[in-house]
Amino acid sequence: MKPEVIFNLNRCKGCGLCVSVCPRKILKLDTSVTNIKGYHPSVISDQSQCIACGSCARVCPDSVITVLKHEEDT
Amino acid sequence: MTQIIYQRSKGLKDVETHYCPGCHHGIIHKLIAEVLVEMDLLDTAVGVSPVGCSVLAGNYLDCDFVEAAHGRAPAVATGIKRVLPNHLVFTYQGDGDLASIGAGEIVHATARGEHFTTIFINNAIYGMTGGQMAPTTLLGQKTTTSQSGRDPLLHGRPVRMAEMLSTLDGMAYCERVTAANMPELNKAKRAIKKAFTLQMQGIGHTFVEVLSACPTNWGMSPADASAWVKSTMSQVYPLGVKKDITAEEKP
Ligand SMILES: Cc1ncc(C[n+]2csc(CCOP(=O)(O)OP(=O)(O)O)c2C)c(N)n1
Ligand code: SF4
Ligand code: SF4
Ligand code: SF4
Repeated sequence: MKPEVIFNLNRCKGCGLCVSVCPRKILKLDTSVTNIKGYHPSVISDQSQCIACGSCARVCPDSVITVLKHEEDT
Repeated sequence: MTQIIYQRSKGLKDVETHYCPGCHHGIIHKLIAEVLVEMDLLDTAVGVSPVGCSVLAGNYLDCDFVEAAHGRAPAVATGIKRVLPNHLVFTYQGDGDLASIGAGEIVHATARGEHFTTIFINNAIYGMTGGQMAPTTLLGQKTTTSQSGRDPLLHGRPVRMAEMLSTLDGMAYCERVTAANMPELNKAKRAIKKAFTLQMQGIGHTFVEVLSACPTNWGMSPADASAWVKSTMSQVYPLGVKKDITAEEKP
Protein backbone atom coordinates (compact mmCIF):
# COMPACT_ATOMS: atom_id res chain seq x y z
CA MET A 1 0.00 0.00 0.00
CA LYS A 2 1.58 3.27 -1.17
CA PRO A 3 -0.30 6.46 -0.32
CA GLU A 4 0.05 9.55 -2.49
CA VAL A 5 -0.99 13.07 -1.47
CA ILE A 6 -1.33 15.52 -4.36
CA PHE A 7 -1.74 19.30 -3.97
CA ASN A 8 -3.33 21.71 -6.44
CA LEU A 9 -0.65 24.22 -5.46
CA ASN A 10 -2.18 27.43 -6.79
CA ARG A 11 -5.57 26.83 -5.14
CA CYS A 12 -4.05 26.61 -1.65
CA LYS A 13 -4.77 29.53 0.70
CA GLY A 14 -2.24 28.46 3.31
CA CYS A 15 -4.90 28.18 6.02
CA GLY A 16 -3.15 25.28 7.74
CA LEU A 17 -6.31 23.29 8.56
CA CYS A 18 -4.85 20.23 6.81
CA VAL A 19 -1.69 20.63 8.89
CA SER A 20 -3.76 20.73 12.10
CA VAL A 21 -5.77 17.54 11.37
CA CYS A 22 -3.01 15.26 10.03
CA PRO A 23 -2.58 12.45 12.58
CA ARG A 24 1.01 11.82 11.40
CA LYS A 25 2.05 15.51 11.58
CA ILE A 26 3.72 15.29 8.18
CA LEU A 27 2.16 18.39 6.58
CA LYS A 28 3.51 21.93 6.87
CA LEU A 29 3.18 25.29 5.18
CA ASP A 30 6.23 25.80 2.98
CA THR A 31 7.48 29.31 3.74
CA SER A 32 10.10 29.01 1.00
CA VAL A 33 7.36 28.95 -1.65
CA THR A 34 4.74 31.59 -2.50
CA ASN A 35 1.95 30.46 -4.82
CA ILE A 36 0.09 32.49 -7.43
CA LYS A 37 -2.40 33.69 -4.79
CA GLY A 38 0.39 34.90 -2.54
CA TYR A 39 0.13 32.17 0.10
CA HIS A 40 2.66 29.72 1.49
CA PRO A 41 1.18 26.41 0.34
CA SER A 42 0.86 23.17 2.24
CA VAL A 43 3.39 20.44 1.45
CA ILE A 44 4.02 16.90 2.66
CA SER A 45 7.39 16.29 4.28
CA ASP A 46 7.46 12.48 4.35
CA GLN A 47 5.12 10.66 1.99
CA SER A 48 6.17 7.28 3.43
CA GLN A 49 4.66 8.20 6.83
CA CYS A 50 1.21 8.87 5.32
CA ILE A 51 -1.55 6.42 6.25
CA ALA A 52 -3.94 7.67 3.52
CA CYS A 53 -6.61 8.56 6.07
CA GLY A 54 -7.83 11.39 3.81
CA SER A 55 -8.41 13.82 6.71
CA CYS A 56 -6.30 16.59 5.18
CA ALA A 57 -8.24 16.40 1.91
CA ARG A 58 -11.65 16.22 3.55
CA VAL A 59 -11.12 19.24 5.79
CA CYS A 60 -9.55 21.48 3.10
CA PRO A 61 -12.09 24.26 2.41
CA ASP A 62 -10.64 24.72 -1.07
CA SER A 63 -10.43 21.09 -2.22
CA VAL A 64 -6.71 21.45 -2.85
CA ILE A 65 -5.78 17.90 -1.87
CA THR A 66 -6.29 14.53 -3.55
CA VAL A 67 -5.35 11.38 -1.62
CA LEU A 68 -4.66 8.15 -3.49
CA LYS A 69 -3.70 4.67 -2.36
CA HIS A 70 -1.66 2.57 -4.79
CA GLU A 71 -1.92 -1.15 -4.12
CA GLU A 72 1.28 -3.00 -4.90
CA ASP A 73 0.74 -5.76 -7.48
CA THR A 74 1.12 -9.25 -6.05
CA MET B 1 -4.61 -0.73 -8.73
CA THR B 2 -5.15 2.79 -7.41
CA GLN B 3 -7.84 3.61 -4.90
CA ILE B 4 -9.13 7.19 -4.62
CA ILE B 5 -9.37 8.05 -0.92
CA TYR B 6 -10.49 11.63 -1.58
CA GLN B 7 -10.77 13.87 -4.60
CA ARG B 8 -12.55 17.17 -5.24
CA SER B 9 -16.32 16.60 -5.33
CA LYS B 10 -18.02 16.58 -8.73
CA GLY B 11 -20.79 18.57 -7.04
CA LEU B 12 -18.53 21.64 -7.05
CA LYS B 13 -17.78 23.78 -10.08
CA ASP B 14 -14.07 23.87 -10.93
CA VAL B 15 -13.55 27.44 -9.71
CA GLU B 16 -11.81 29.14 -6.81
CA THR B 17 -13.95 30.49 -3.98
CA HIS B 18 -13.69 34.05 -2.68
CA TYR B 19 -13.77 32.85 0.95
CA CYS B 20 -10.99 33.77 3.36
CA PRO B 21 -8.36 31.14 4.22
CA GLY B 22 -9.82 28.52 6.58
CA CYS B 23 -13.42 29.78 6.33
CA HIS B 24 -15.89 27.00 7.10
CA HIS B 25 -18.24 28.07 4.29
CA GLY B 26 -15.88 26.21 1.94
CA ILE B 27 -15.99 23.03 4.05
CA ILE B 28 -19.78 23.06 4.32
CA HIS B 29 -20.17 23.67 0.57
CA LYS B 30 -18.09 20.53 0.05
CA LEU B 31 -20.28 18.45 2.38
CA ILE B 32 -23.44 19.58 0.57
CA ALA B 33 -21.82 18.86 -2.81
CA GLU B 34 -20.79 15.36 -1.69
CA VAL B 35 -24.29 14.57 -0.40
CA LEU B 36 -25.95 15.83 -3.60
CA VAL B 37 -23.66 13.58 -5.66
CA GLU B 38 -24.22 10.55 -3.39
CA MET B 39 -28.00 11.03 -3.56
CA ASP B 40 -27.88 11.64 -7.34
CA LEU B 41 -29.69 14.97 -6.90
CA LEU B 42 -27.18 17.33 -8.50
CA ASP B 43 -29.23 17.75 -11.70
CA THR B 44 -32.53 18.46 -9.96
CA ALA B 45 -31.71 20.20 -6.66
CA VAL B 46 -32.39 23.91 -6.25
CA GLY B 47 -30.46 25.97 -3.68
CA VAL B 48 -31.35 29.41 -2.38
CA SER B 49 -28.43 31.59 -1.30
CA PRO B 50 -28.53 34.43 1.23
CA VAL B 51 -27.08 37.88 1.61
CA GLY B 52 -23.77 37.48 3.43
CA CYS B 53 -20.38 36.00 2.58
CA SER B 54 -22.09 32.99 0.96
CA VAL B 55 -24.15 35.13 -1.45
CA LEU B 56 -22.24 33.49 -4.32
CA ALA B 57 -22.78 29.88 -3.13
CA GLY B 58 -24.46 29.22 -6.49
CA ASN B 59 -21.18 30.00 -8.26
CA TYR B 60 -19.54 27.13 -6.40
CA LEU B 61 -22.14 24.38 -5.96
CA ASP B 62 -22.94 22.82 -9.32
CA CYS B 63 -26.75 22.73 -8.99
CA ASP B 64 -29.44 25.32 -9.77
CA PHE B 65 -29.46 28.32 -7.47
CA VAL B 66 -31.60 31.38 -6.79
CA GLU B 67 -30.31 34.35 -4.77
CA ALA B 68 -32.82 35.74 -2.26
CA ALA B 69 -33.10 39.18 -0.68
CA HIS B 70 -31.59 39.50 2.83
CA GLY B 71 -33.30 36.99 5.16
CA ARG B 72 -35.95 36.05 2.60
CA ALA B 73 -34.54 32.70 1.48
CA PRO B 74 -37.30 30.74 3.31
CA ALA B 75 -40.00 32.59 1.35
CA VAL B 76 -38.24 31.98 -1.96
CA ALA B 77 -37.67 28.30 -1.10
CA THR B 78 -41.33 27.96 -0.09
CA GLY B 79 -42.39 29.08 -3.56
CA ILE B 80 -39.92 26.85 -5.39
CA LYS B 81 -40.73 23.74 -3.33
CA ARG B 82 -44.48 24.20 -3.75
CA VAL B 83 -44.13 24.49 -7.54
CA LEU B 84 -41.50 21.72 -7.80
CA PRO B 85 -42.44 19.32 -4.98
CA ASN B 86 -40.33 16.47 -6.40
CA HIS B 87 -37.13 18.51 -6.43
CA LEU B 88 -34.79 18.81 -3.47
CA VAL B 89 -34.90 22.46 -2.35
CA PHE B 90 -32.55 23.89 0.27
CA THR B 91 -31.61 27.28 1.62
CA TYR B 92 -28.14 28.24 2.81
CA GLN B 93 -28.25 31.13 5.29
CA GLY B 94 -25.87 32.86 7.68
CA ASP B 95 -26.80 33.89 11.21
CA GLY B 96 -27.14 37.57 10.33
CA ASP B 97 -29.40 36.56 7.45
CA LEU B 98 -31.51 33.94 9.27
CA ALA B 99 -31.50 34.92 12.95
CA SER B 100 -31.61 38.70 12.55
CA ILE B 101 -33.22 40.39 9.53
CA GLY B 102 -34.85 37.10 8.43
CA ALA B 103 -35.98 35.79 11.84
CA GLY B 104 -39.68 36.20 11.04
CA GLU B 105 -39.33 34.40 7.71
CA ILE B 106 -37.78 31.23 9.14
CA VAL B 107 -40.21 31.11 12.07
CA HIS B 108 -43.24 31.10 9.80
CA ALA B 109 -41.76 28.81 7.14
CA THR B 110 -41.03 26.32 9.93
CA ALA B 111 -44.46 26.81 11.51
CA ARG B 112 -46.03 26.05 8.14
CA GLY B 113 -43.87 22.93 7.93
CA GLU B 114 -42.53 23.90 4.52
CA HIS B 115 -40.92 20.88 2.87
CA PHE B 116 -37.50 22.36 2.12
CA THR B 117 -34.26 22.04 4.10
CA THR B 118 -32.49 24.91 5.82
CA ILE B 119 -28.70 24.82 6.14
CA PHE B 120 -28.01 27.48 8.80
CA ILE B 121 -24.41 28.68 9.11
CA ASN B 122 -23.91 30.08 12.60
CA ASN B 123 -20.54 31.84 12.88
CA ALA B 124 -21.62 34.16 15.70
CA ILE B 125 -20.86 37.30 13.68
CA TYR B 126 -21.68 39.28 10.53
CA GLY B 127 -18.83 38.19 8.26
CA MET B 128 -19.43 40.02 5.00
CA THR B 129 -19.93 43.49 6.45
CA GLY B 130 -16.83 43.45 8.63
CA GLY B 131 -17.48 41.63 11.89
CA GLN B 132 -20.45 43.30 13.56
CA MET B 133 -22.35 41.67 16.44
CA ALA B 134 -25.03 39.16 15.43
CA PRO B 135 -27.96 37.84 17.51
CA THR B 136 -25.82 34.72 17.90
CA THR B 137 -22.68 36.51 19.21
CA LEU B 138 -21.54 34.99 22.51
CA LEU B 139 -21.65 36.97 25.77
CA GLY B 140 -18.30 38.70 26.18
CA GLN B 141 -17.36 38.16 22.52
CA LYS B 142 -15.69 41.19 20.98
CA THR B 143 -16.99 42.43 17.64
CA THR B 144 -16.72 45.78 15.86
CA THR B 145 -20.05 46.81 17.41
CA SER B 146 -19.39 45.28 20.85
CA GLN B 147 -15.80 46.30 21.39
CA SER B 148 -15.79 45.56 25.11
CA GLY B 149 -17.51 42.23 24.53
CA ARG B 150 -21.23 41.48 24.21
CA ASP B 151 -22.98 42.79 27.32
CA PRO B 152 -26.28 41.07 28.18
CA LEU B 153 -27.77 44.26 29.67
CA LEU B 154 -26.90 46.36 26.67
CA HIS B 155 -27.12 43.85 23.80
CA GLY B 156 -29.27 40.97 24.98
CA ARG B 157 -28.31 37.32 24.96
CA PRO B 158 -27.45 34.75 22.24
CA VAL B 159 -30.39 33.30 20.29
CA ARG B 160 -30.52 29.50 19.94
CA MET B 161 -32.36 29.10 16.64
CA ALA B 162 -32.31 25.28 16.51
CA GLU B 163 -33.92 24.92 19.96
CA MET B 164 -36.38 27.77 19.36
CA LEU B 165 -37.58 26.46 15.99
CA SER B 166 -37.83 22.89 17.31
CA THR B 167 -40.75 23.98 19.51
CA LEU B 168 -42.80 24.53 16.35
CA ASP B 169 -45.02 21.67 15.16
CA GLY B 170 -43.90 22.13 11.54
CA MET B 171 -40.31 21.13 12.37
CA ALA B 172 -39.69 17.47 11.49
CA TYR B 173 -35.92 17.15 11.94
CA CYS B 174 -33.48 19.58 13.50
CA GLU B 175 -29.84 18.95 14.36
CA ARG B 176 -26.90 21.18 15.34
CA VAL B 177 -23.50 20.09 14.02
CA THR B 178 -20.06 21.51 13.23
CA ALA B 179 -17.22 20.78 10.80
CA ALA B 180 -14.61 21.94 13.34
CA ASN B 181 -12.86 18.55 13.62
CA MET B 182 -12.90 15.24 11.77
CA PRO B 183 -15.45 13.26 13.86
CA GLU B 184 -17.81 16.24 13.92
CA LEU B 185 -17.33 16.81 10.19
CA ASN B 186 -18.49 13.25 9.54
CA LYS B 187 -21.56 13.81 11.73
CA ALA B 188 -22.31 17.07 9.92
CA LYS B 189 -22.34 15.28 6.58
CA ARG B 190 -24.65 12.57 7.95
CA ALA B 191 -27.03 15.24 9.29
CA ILE B 192 -27.21 16.99 5.91
CA LYS B 193 -27.87 13.67 4.20
CA LYS B 194 -30.57 12.77 6.71
CA ALA B 195 -32.26 16.16 6.32
CA PHE B 196 -32.26 15.84 2.52
CA THR B 197 -33.55 12.25 2.74
CA LEU B 198 -36.39 13.22 5.08
CA GLN B 199 -37.25 16.22 2.90
CA MET B 200 -37.86 13.87 -0.03
CA GLN B 201 -40.28 11.93 2.23
CA GLY B 202 -42.28 15.14 2.66
CA ILE B 203 -42.67 15.01 6.44
CA GLY B 204 -42.13 18.67 7.31
CA HIS B 205 -39.37 21.21 7.70
CA THR B 206 -35.80 19.92 8.03
CA PHE B 207 -33.08 22.12 9.55
CA VAL B 208 -29.34 21.70 10.08
CA GLU B 209 -27.48 24.36 12.09
CA VAL B 210 -23.72 24.28 11.49
CA LEU B 211 -21.47 26.02 14.04
CA SER B 212 -18.83 27.59 11.82
CA ALA B 213 -15.62 29.57 12.08
CA CYS B 214 -15.02 33.07 10.69
CA PRO B 215 -11.26 33.26 11.38
CA THR B 216 -10.95 36.69 9.75
CA ASN B 217 -13.48 38.55 11.88
CA TRP B 218 -12.75 36.55 15.01
CA GLY B 219 -9.07 37.56 14.67
CA MET B 220 -7.88 33.98 15.06
CA SER B 221 -5.83 31.56 12.99
CA PRO B 222 -8.04 29.02 11.16
CA ALA B 223 -6.87 26.17 13.43
CA ASP B 224 -7.52 28.23 16.60
CA ALA B 225 -10.91 29.30 15.25
CA SER B 226 -11.91 25.68 14.60
CA ALA B 227 -10.78 24.74 18.12
CA TRP B 228 -12.79 27.66 19.58
CA VAL B 229 -15.96 26.43 17.87
CA LYS B 230 -15.63 23.11 19.68
CA SER B 231 -14.32 24.37 23.04
CA THR B 232 -16.39 27.53 23.53
CA MET B 233 -19.14 28.02 20.97
CA SER B 234 -20.58 24.53 21.41
CA GLN B 235 -20.98 25.22 25.16
CA VAL B 236 -23.50 27.93 24.33
CA TYR B 237 -24.91 26.08 21.33
CA PRO B 238 -24.96 22.38 22.29
CA LEU B 239 -24.43 19.97 19.40
CA GLY B 240 -26.86 17.15 18.67
CA VAL B 241 -30.34 16.29 17.46
CA LYS B 242 -32.93 18.79 18.73
CA LYS B 243 -35.95 17.13 17.13
CA ASP B 244 -36.62 14.07 14.99
CA ILE B 245 -40.24 13.04 14.51
CA THR B 246 -39.07 9.84 12.78
CA ALA B 247 -37.13 8.63 15.83
CA GLU B 248 -38.80 5.75 17.64
CA GLU B 249 -40.62 6.68 20.83
CA LYS B 250 -38.62 5.71 23.92
CA PRO B 251 -40.47 3.01 25.90
C1 LIG C 1 -31.51 44.88 3.52
C2 LIG C 1 -30.07 44.78 3.87
N1 LIG C 1 -29.65 45.12 5.10
C3 LIG C 1 -28.35 45.00 5.43
C4 LIG C 1 -27.42 44.55 4.54
C5 LIG C 1 -25.97 44.46 4.93
N2 LIG C 1 -25.51 43.09 5.16
C6 LIG C 1 -24.91 42.37 4.20
S1 LIG C 1 -24.46 40.85 4.70
C7 LIG C 1 -25.09 41.12 6.26
C8 LIG C 1 -24.99 40.06 7.34
C9 LIG C 1 -24.07 38.95 7.03
O1 LIG C 1 -23.88 38.10 8.13
P1 LIG C 1 -24.26 36.57 8.14
O2 LIG C 1 -25.64 36.36 7.66
O3 LIG C 1 -23.95 36.09 9.51
O4 LIG C 1 -23.33 35.90 7.05
P2 LIG C 1 -21.74 35.76 6.96
O5 LIG C 1 -21.30 36.92 6.11
O6 LIG C 1 -21.20 35.78 8.35
O7 LIG C 1 -21.54 34.45 6.28
C10 LIG C 1 -25.63 42.40 6.34
C11 LIG C 1 -26.24 42.95 7.57
C12 LIG C 1 -27.90 44.21 3.24
N3 LIG C 1 -27.08 43.71 2.30
N4 LIG C 1 -29.22 44.32 2.94
S1 SF4 D 1 -3.87 11.37 4.27
FE1 SF4 D 1 -3.87 11.48 6.52
S2 SF4 D 1 -1.79 10.88 7.12
FE2 SF4 D 1 -1.71 11.35 4.93
S3 SF4 D 1 -1.08 13.51 4.86
FE3 SF4 D 1 -3.34 13.48 4.82
S4 SF4 D 1 -3.97 13.69 6.97
FE4 SF4 D 1 -1.79 13.11 6.96
S1 SF4 E 1 -6.40 23.04 4.12
FE1 SF4 E 1 -6.24 23.34 1.88
S2 SF4 E 1 -6.09 25.57 1.59
FE2 SF4 E 1 -5.66 25.16 3.76
S3 SF4 E 1 -3.40 24.96 3.83
FE3 SF4 E 1 -4.21 22.88 3.56
S4 SF4 E 1 -4.21 22.55 1.34
FE4 SF4 E 1 -3.99 24.76 1.67
S1 SF4 F 1 -15.39 37.11 6.52
FE1 SF4 F 1 -15.62 35.27 7.78
S2 SF4 F 1 -17.46 34.20 6.96
FE2 SF4 F 1 -16.77 35.72 5.43
S3 SF4 F 1 -15.43 34.57 4.02
FE3 SF4 F 1 -14.11 35.52 5.57
S4 SF4 F 1 -13.89 33.96 7.18
FE4 SF4 F 1 -15.65 33.36 5.91
